[in-house]
Amino acid sequence: MTSEPTDDGAEDRADERALLARLRAGDEAAYEELVRTHGGRLLAVARRFLPQEDDAHDAVQDAFLNAFRGVDRFEGEARLSTWLHRIVVNASLMKLRTRRRKPEQSIDDLLPGWQADGHPERPAQPWRTDALEATQRSELRRLVLEKIQALPEGYRNVLMLRDIEDLDTEETAEAMGISPGAVKTRLHRARQALRGLLEPHLAGEGSE
Amino acid sequence: MTCRECAEFLMEYLEGGLGDAEREVFDAHLRACPPCVTYLDTYRETVRMGRDLCEEAAPEVPDALVEAILSARRR
Repeated sequence: MTSEPTDDGAEDRADERALLARLRAGDEAAYEELVRTHGGRLLAVARRFLPQEDDAHDAVQDAFLNAFRGVDRFEGEARLSTWLHRIVVNASLMKLRTRRRKPEQSIDDLLPGWQADGHPERPAQPWRTDALEATQRSELRRLVLEKIQALPEGYRNVLMLRDIEDLDTEETAEAMGISPGAVKTRLHRARQALRGLLEPHLAGEGSE
Repeated sequence: MTCRECAEFLMEYLEGGLGDAEREVFDAHLRACPPCVTYLDTYRETVRMGRDLCEEAAPEVPDALVEAILSARRR
């Protein structure tokens, strides 16, 4: 069984400091402990970016190798889990960049349509997502992830970084190599497009 | 303000990025336009559902992956 990182307890901090000291000393068992403790979470992140399981595994492996090499530079102000999270996000983006890239699709077809007077072509319908049970919530997560995957890559990655992986605008801009203004524009369009893709499943009677 | 402009500036509105005068115009539009209120609610719900994806329990890391990482480190 892996142990999961818990909240900001002093005990967790002390455990992390002890683990870091063992890693810096080259303790073989410490490397395995780091991988078994944090590997599941890192794999979940990599899978969100890389639907192919082999690619997700490669990204996690690259992330841990980068972490092992950089452990002397880790200053201990951030949580180890936060530091590893950023590393696997970057490794996942790097893996995406090395794949054969398809031409970027336009997002325009996924954005709301407007009449000449500025009224929507199809007015928004209320959603019924507040009374879902646990199994339906799990299905809903799968639906959301599936629709996120349908977004054009440049928009999908910005939405993933900002709304799911919780990077801020500057961090997202740096990771993507685009300006903060472009991050904001892409994020809004990506959210609008995702909203439009989810609406047929969630409007009116509830989830399908 | 049209519904189209309302949708265009929605993120800035929700993030508090509009000035007082612009915000007032935005609020006035929302008071008079139920479909835009629905659009705003479902936009917010979309963001919330994205954040929910992190709530899924982390998978167990496969032993084969652990082994691959540790042996790559030794190389």
